[in-house]
This record gives sequence, C-alpha cells and structure tokens, in this order.
Amino acid sequence: MDAPGAPAVARLELKGISKSFPGVKANEAVDLILMQGAIHALLGENGAGKSTLVKIVYGVMRADAGEILWNGQAVDIGSPAAARRLGIGLVFQHFSLFESLTVAENIALGMDEKIPMRTLTQRIGEVSARYGLSLDPGRHVHSLSMGERQRVEIVRCLLQNPSLLIMDEPTSVLTPQEADRLFTTLRRLAAEGCTILYISHKLEEIRALCSRATVMRGGRVVADCDPRAQSANSLAETMIGSAMAAPVRADAAEPGARRLAVAGLSLPADDPFGVALQDISFDVRAGEIVGIAGVAGNGQIELLKALSGERRLENGSRAILLDSKPVGDLGPRERRLRGLAFLPEERLGRGAVPEMSLAENSILGGYRCDGLIEGGLIHPDVARRFASDIIDGYRVVARGPQAQAKSLSGGNLQKYMIGREILQRPGVLLAAHPTWGVDAGAAAAIHRALIELARSGSAVLVVSEDLDELFAISDRLAVINRGRLSEARPTREMTVEQAGLLMGGVTGAKEPSGRGRAGHVA
Amino acid sequence: MDFTAAVLLSVIAAATPLLFAATGELVTEKSGVLNLGVEGMMLVGAVGAFSTAAATGNPWLAILVGAGAGAAVSLIFAFLTLSLLTNQVATGLALTLFGVGLSASIGQGFVGTPMRPLPKLAIPGLSEVPLIGPLLFGHDPLVYLSILLLAGVWRFLYRSRPGLVLRAVGESHEAAHAIGYPVIAIRYGAVAFGGAMAGLGGAYLPLAYTPMWIENMTAGRGWIALALVVFATWRPGRVLLGAYLFGGVTILQLHVQAGGVGVASQLMSMLPYLATIAVLVLISRDATRIRLNAPADIGKVFHPQA
Amino acid sequence: MLLRLEPRGEASRAMIWLTPVLSILLTLTFGAILFAALGFDPLRALAAYFIRPVSTLYGLGELALKATPLAMIGVGLALGFRANVWNIGAEGQFTMGAICGGGVALIFHDTEGFWVLPLMALAGIAGGMAYGAIPALLRTRFNANEILTSLMLTYVATLFLSYLVHGPWRDPKGLNFPETRMFNASAQLPGLLDGTRFNLGAIVALLVVAAGWLLLARGFIGYQIKVVGQAPKAAAFAGFDQNRIVWFSFLVGGGLAGLAGLIEVAGAIGQLHPRISPGYGFTAIIVAFLGRLHPVGILAAALMIALSYLGGEAAQIEMRLPLAITGVFQGVLLFFLLGTDVLIRYRVRFGRPATSRGG
Repeated sequence: MDAPGAPAVARLELKGISKSFPGVKANEAVDLILMQGAIHALLGENGAGKSTLVKIVYGVMRADAGEILWNGQAVDIGSPAAARRLGIGLVFQHFSLFESLTVAENIALGMDEKIPMRTLTQRIGEVSARYGLSLDPGRHVHSLSMGERQRVEIVRCLLQNPSLLIMDEPTSVLTPQEADRLFTTLRRLAAEGCTILYISHKLEEIRALCSRATVMRGGRVVADCDPRAQSANSLAETMIGSAMAAPVRADAAEPGARRLAVAGLSLPADDPFGVALQDISFDVRAGEIVGIAGVAGNGQIELLKALSGERRLENGSRAILLDSKPVGDLGPRERRLRGLAFLPEERLGRGAVPEMSLAENSILGGYRCDGLIEGGLIHPDVARRFASDIIDGYRVVARGPQAQAKSLSGGNLQKYMIGREILQRPGVLLAAHPTWGVDAGAAAAIHRALIELARSGSAVLVVSEDLDELFAISDRLAVINRGRLSEARPTREMTVEQAGLLMGGVTGAKEPSGRGRAGHVA
Repeated sequence: MDFTAAVLLSVIAAATPLLFAATGELVTEKSGVLNLGVEGMMLVGAVGAFSTAAATGNPWLAILVGAGAGAAVSLIFAFLTLSLLTNQVATGLALTLFGVGLSASIGQGFVGTPMRPLPKLAIPGLSEVPLIGPLLFGHDPLVYLSILLLAGVWRFLYRSRPGLVLRAVGESHEAAHAIGYPVIAIRYGAVAFGGAMAGLGGAYLPLAYTPMWIENMTAGRGWIALALVVFATWRPGRVLLGAYLFGGVTILQLHVQAGGVGVASQLMSMLPYLATIAVLVLISRDATRIRLNAPADIGKVFHPQA
Repeated sequence: MLLRLEPRGEASRAMIWLTPVLSILLTLTFGAILFAALGFDPLRALAAYFIRPVSTLYGLGELALKATPLAMIGVGLALGFRANVWNIGAEGQFTMGAICGGGVALIFHDTEGFWVLPLMALAGIAGGMAYGAIPALLRTRFNANEILTSLMLTYVATLFLSYLVHGPWRDPKGLNFPETRMFNASAQLPGLLDGTRFNLGAIVALLVVAAGWLLLARGFIGYQIKVVGQAPKAAAFAGFDQNRIVWFSFLVGGGLAGLAGLIEVAGAIGQLHPRISPGYGFTAIIVAFLGRLHPVGILAAALMIALSYLGGEAAQIEMRLPLAITGVFQGVLLFFLLGTDVLIRYRVRFGRPATSRGG
C-alpha cells in the first residue's frame, strides 16, 4: 500500500526516545520511522510502552531524552496543539469526549482554529459523507454508541487535514463488521497520502491492515518487520518474548445443576446515560463457563449490577435464581452469603481499595470467611493469613500482606482478586473483563483459574469485550446488544462472524428481519 | 414611592449579594471546582470594602477592594486545591473559618461605625414614574452591575469559545487535558472570578444593604448562595430567579415581624434557612436532573501525569 | 511549572504524623510574624498566648474544660469525614443537645435526685441525634447535600435557642437578661478538682476517644466507614450499605455533639443563654483534621486548639488583640495542615523535569 513515489524522507522519525516514571522505564531508546502513506503498526502487550510513546508524539508528555524529526526537521512538540499544528491527529483509546456536550461542540473543542458553528456543522457533514462516517452534529455524546463516539474522534481529527493519524487500539470498541468498515476508511486515507500509526495488540487485524510493524516489549523496540510476511504465532512470540501458552481449555464436563438462572429480567436504566435491560434470560450450570460478548455500553454494566445485587430488583425477586432460590431483591451482601462471588472490571477503587493493604483488602470480599469477624470486631491476624494464602496460592507478586493494593501491577492485583473469590469456594462466579489490561502470562493464569473453578463444580459467567477470550474459554456464548441478550449457544457451534453480527444488533439467520432490528446496524 | 415599589426595591436589594456570590460560584463549579468558602470570601470582601470606605470615603474604591480581597483569599483556596491537591470540601471549610476570623479581627474596630450608603441612581422624570420608575431606575449601581455580570456570565458560558472550554474542563478534566487545554490554569481563573464575585456580594452588605459594620454580617448568605447554585441546576437564568426568590423570603419575613404578627422574631428569622433546605430537597430528589446538569468532574482532584 | 509533584509508590507513614507537627510550627511562625507586624515582641506574645494560660492548675483545668467538647465532637465528626459524610452542623447538634438536656434540668428544677443528670445526658444525646437525623434523612431519602442542610439547621438551632431564652424559658427573676434559671445542684456536673472547673465531662471525653479508637481500628463498622470513604464503588461491590453509613455517622456525630452540648451547659455554664458555644461545633472540624481523623490524634489536637482559645482570651486581655484572631490562627493552621498533606502521597520537586533534548 505504500505509495510508489513516496519521498525518501520519513514523515515522522523518532530517535532514542526515553521516558521514565518513578519506578518504571516506560520507554527506553525507542526508534521509529513512519513513511508517507504507510499504515504502520505499533504492536505490544499491555504495559509495553505504546501509550507513553503516543503521548510523547502527541505532545501530552515530554520525553526525558531523544529526538523527534518531522519531515526531516527536528521539532519540539510541547503540547497537543503543537502536534495538531504539525498535522498530527490522535484518536484516543479512552475517548477524550465530553458526554454532556453535543457532537459539534466536542469537535469544536478539538479544533485550534476558530470556526463559526454553522461552518463547522457544514464541514462535519462534508467529511462524514466523504469517508462514510455518518454523524449528527446536534446530538449529545452521551446518547451515542461506542462506534459513533469513535467516529466523532476520527472526524475531529480529519477536519484538520492531518498528515499523520494515530489510532490507539481502535477496534476494542467495535464489532468485527464495524472494524472492517473502519479499515476501509483507513486504507482510503492512506491512499490519499496520510500516514497512519495503528496501535494494537490484535495480531490478525495488523496482518490484514498494515504494511509495516514495530514491536515493543518492556519499553524497548524488539522488532521491526512486515507483518504480512509473519505468522500470527511468530508475531505473538516476538511481542510476548516467549512461546505462547497453548490454549488451556479442557473438554467440557457434562453440565450439572442450574446454579444461576435469570428469567425475563427487565430493568429501566437508573442513570440518564445508562442502558435499560430488556427481557434477559439465560442460565449457567455447574461445571460450565458461559460467556457474554458485546460492545461496551450495551448493558453489561447494568446486567452485572443486577446480578451482583448492587442494584436490587424492586419487584420480581424470582427473575434471578441462585441455586434455585430467588435472590433478585437481595443486596450484594446477602447474595455473597448464598455463594455468589463477583470479579468487577475495575480493579483499583472497586474490587480493591487502593490505599489499603492486601490484608485489609481481603476483608472486602471475604468478610463472610470463618473467624475473620467476631462480635463486630475484625481479627487482623486472620485477615493477614487469608491474604498470605491468596498470595501463595495464586503466585501474586507483592511485598506481602502489608503491601498496598495500588502498589501491585494490574495482572497481579487481578490474580489476587480472583484468588480472594475462589478461595471462598463460590457456587457462582461473575467475572467482568477478567483479563482486561493484563499481560499474557497473567491472562493465561487467570483463564486457567476460571476453567479449574468451573470444572470443580461452580458456575462461571464471563462478561467480556474480547471475542478471542470468550471463544477460548467459554462453553456457551451469548451476545448483549442494547440491553437485550441473545440466546446462549454452544461456543463450538458459533463463528466470530455470527457473534459480530449479533454484537451489531443483527439477530441473524434465526430471526430473519422479522422485528426489523437489522435497522440498528450502526 | 408607594408601598409595592418599596417592597420590591427591598427584595432586589436583599437578593443582590446572593446574586453576586451565586453567579461567581456557578462559574467556579462549572469549571469543576467546588469552593465551599463563599461565606468566608464574602466576609473578607465585606470587611475589605468597609475598611476602605471608612479610610478613604471613596465607595468605588471600596467596591474594587472588596472584589480584590475576595479574589485574593480565593487564590489561597486555589493554590491548596489545584496545586497541592487538597480535598476541596475541607479546604473550602477552612477558607470559611479563616474568613470569619479574619473579618471579625479586622472589623472589630469598626463595630457600630455608620456608613453613608451607596447613592441610588436617580434620573429626573424617569425615576418618578409610579412603580416602574423606581423599579427600573431607583437602584444603587451595584444592583445593575450584578445583573449585567450575570448576563455576561450567561453569554460567556453558552455563546463563547472560552466558555465552552471552561464547561468542558468541568465535564472531564482528563479529556480536556488530553486535547491540550490548561486545566489547572483555567480553574485558577474560575476560582478567582468566584472569589471576586463573592467579594462583591460581601461588599454590598456594608456599603449598601446595612450601611454599617456588624460582625458576621453575611449571616449564612454564602451558604445560601451555594444552595442557590444547586437550586438553579447550574443554569444562570435560574440563579437570577432563585436569588430574587430568596430576597423575597427575607423581606417577607421582615415585614411579617414588623407587622406585629404574634410569632417571635427568632422563629420568623428561621424562614430563609428553612426555605433553603426545602428548596434543596425539592431539587435534589430528582437525581437524574442533577446528574444531567451538574459538572461531571466537580470536586475531583486533578493531577496530570507529567 | 515551578512546583512538581511526584507520586510516591506508597503513602509515607512518617509524614502522616510529621505533617501536623510541621503545620503547627508553620502556624507559630505565622503568628510570630503577625505579632511582630502588629508591633509586639513576637516571643513574648507567643509565650503569653501559648504558655502562660496553662502555667497554673486553674489554667490546666480550663484547658481540659475546653478540650472536652472539641474532642467529643471531633471524634464523632471524624467517623463521618472518613466516610465522606460531611456533617458541618455539629454546632447545631451541640445546641440542640444543650437545649434538650437543659430542658430536663429546667423541668426538674425543684426536684433533687441522682437520676437527674443521667436523664439530662440521655436527653442531650437524643436531641443531638434527632437533629443529626434530619440531614441524614434528607440525604438518604432525597439526595440533598448534607453540607448545606446540616449547616442551615445550625442557624435554625441557634435561633431556636435564642427564642427560648428570650421567651418561654427566660428566668423570671433574671432582670430581663436572655438566660434561663441556673440549674440546681443535682443538675450540674460535679467538679473533680478543687480550685478548678475540671469536671466529669473530661472523663467522658476520654471514654469517647477510647471507644472511637476501638471502633475505627478493629470494628467491622469502622472498616466499612473507611471503605465507603476511600472507595465508594468498592463498598458497593462488597455490599456495604452506604445509606446505613450515612445514618450511622450522623447519629453518632449528632449524639456526641449533643452530649458535648449538655456537658457544656451542665458543667462549665450551669444555665442556658444564647452564647453557650464559642463555635465548638465548627472548630471541631479543624480538630478532626488536625488529629488526622484518628481518635488519639484528635485528643491531642483538641488540647492544642483548646490552648489557642485560652491564648486568644489572654491575648485579648494582655495585648488588646481581637478575640477573633483565634479564628484566624485556627484557619491558618488548617490551611497549613491541608497543604502539607500533599507530602504524604507525593514528593515535592521544584523546577522542570530534567530533559536532555537533541537537535
């Protein structure tokens, strides 16, 4: 895809970029060359230093050392505005959008020149038509889907006619079909001469899209290659630094009794920016893992709150059965006492109190353990022992039970939290995005722990946005879209494409256009 | 001047300090900062204005000093919360305690000193038109200023780009920082504006409303102004409505007392405070409305990774 | 940027206790400069302010007398502040406790009995609790901001007390002064030390501090309070009911403030009048923070702040300084304390980060 007549001078060249934070070297002597019109992948695991590098290029942070050349000239990018003046645009992974403002206001905020609203609205229309990114400038961002929000970010960049567009993990919020459409847009931009720096850890899409890849590990560049000439496996090994752990999934045991059953669960949104749940039904049996796929913001948060008890059902306690007993009207504490465990997606601040020690944090999820609390008083030695058991049993790298939760890496804290729940032998475990933001080693350990738990007779529900993960570990799979859940079907009978269509709101072959929901394809 | 006009004039006068302070706090809160020190800033503004007027006899200079004193103490708050990342609630309380003590210390020598009140605008002919005349043309200059400033704030917030940026900073400081806006500098500005406005509101009390020095003369008006911002669901037009409503309650209560109704004056004086509670409850029970209108990042500490 | 903050990996334990000392030193320096600017010899002024008031046995008794309400209210507020429940209306709850407890004393004015004082104490606690329950109800039922409601209620309580002592409860033989009759002997706290006003209240305050310590250090409810305050979402995850914590904080905080109010009128004052509190309910906020929201720290802070009250009175007499200057000192102390807090979690560096930039 490189334009044949591309000049020899690189559009952007980084030489020896280094950046340290207290205790971490995020970037160490990073070199990177981006040519005009190229779609260049920056590949690496979580924590490899990709985001830091992007923030330096976009002027959000300053490098401790190193040099940046733009079209052959040394430049100092002191602020995002300076980056935009050079012609650099960035589509953030966690969008930099303002929920209570309109699309047009959001775009205006990202523009450095002062354009009257009317002209801006008109130009938004032009750009969206040209690149197939439909948008309504007057809508408030909180009412948009994740895919639509990403479009706002892209249009905001394109309005400034960038010559380098940086995309940070853009497909993590898209269905596979939406991702394909995004790739079409990106190829078109590249053909027009725009350089694209594409950051991802998804190997297949990089092989499909990019002509060049720079692989980072532990803050350093470890390889520079043509991803189309590599296999996904060899790319993965370069990225992780060791052979990929083989898929761990054992054959599904014969599913046992229904441990969690949800029937006809409907719940209006409790937040103006939230999603209403509509008539959700599924069950999870002893011995199996059920996965729920979906693009972020389609009701996952609301469903998990209803299941964990953080939001009680005012009426209809029978909508949720735990080991055949109605629990819909119970709070999280009572549900815990009945054997429900929960692994929330947010680790610091939700699953753990950042400034408390691991021993204190063991009380948070484990206060129902024997001997921990007697007569309203806590036994600190029991809490310490419980924390030590988790640390030893789940190979948590930490200073010990007295280490503060916030001093642990994401992967280690996640292992700690999983250990805390599993050691209590839960009947049902709800796991939300269990490997989000953790490195490959920890992810493999977490998957192993979930599968072992299920095989030992518990029921496990995994809610995730990562289709690869769900296909790897779940026995049955359902998809949530706009607060509705598809029927859970055996994973081995499903394809990624089918799941993708369901994620986009197409109910597929089983229900041909009967309720007109196909119209929801964004 | 007939009775109705006199009552309405006094309502507007009672509302003006609230209007100044609430308008300023609105801007501060829109930028994502909750400054609970309004009462303290008003008192410092009041004592600054009074002592200047007493020393120089120049009311215009006194107004300026009042606003400046309010802004100056608000910068202590800004430095602590924005640069040293202190808890905004605790720091705001500290500012109020400090302001109460400082104003009482400085003002001790002035207790009971009378002051010539600010002159009222008087346009021959126009000001004498029954009812309309005094209502439109019979106020002191600060009343007009308070309304002008409120209109200016509305225009700034909703019709200007810097206002859009300020609202964006209050909505999500992370996003605003990522796009490249100077979050901390913008918030310093918003806090200082809030301080100056509280100072003006405070200055109005000894210069125009009760032209003498009384210790703690704000009597909770700073807190009522804070409640007004919630009542207004962070919208300038409703701040105006709320301020005049509270001015009305205050005056009503005074007139009932003067009218010799058989209720003790202390019980009548509770009315503005009870009304504040009632209004807060009425507005806050609709959590959705608060969520949709309150700046999302209000009160949160912001520390960008360097 | 001149000043840069680098996060520490873990909070500094040493700084947690060093910063209050540091802020007291900074406040003393501020005081010395202020006194010098006002034309006093700073050292002599500081001695007059902070040392002479406690150089006599009577002075020590006064110190205990003033520290008692501060410590009691401070412990109650600290429980709430730890849970991010901002009860700013302790002054009102103090007043209501004094009114209810004092009311009992007035009702049984002509009755002697050992049971009068305990009954007054119960009435004081109940009054403070009931008054604290209002903002708790308004917050949990109607989502109304408890800072503003509890504060508004303080003005209402003060006016109510003023109404009572000007009207129905005024001492008929009191020459029209706005005050009630003096309580009779069995409605007054017994003194414990001759030649001082040291009374039983100080012992009660020590018990409150001990109970508060046990609750926060070992109690499950104390743990829940800390989780709700530090990470509300984690509390929801664990199933700790936030509304219960709001109620608990307000009932305990209000009850303790009410008891403090009763102790003040049954001990130091012996009757009701409009100025029963020099702002104890507000100053206790400073005490709570200065003591790091830790009951033992609060006890030390209460003594420190009580000293500043005595010093303010001494300075008024000896140097003719306004009494309100105490408030300035207290505000400045809180500023310094909050400002130096940053040292617990951050290292402060000056100047730009070192950058070596090519080209």
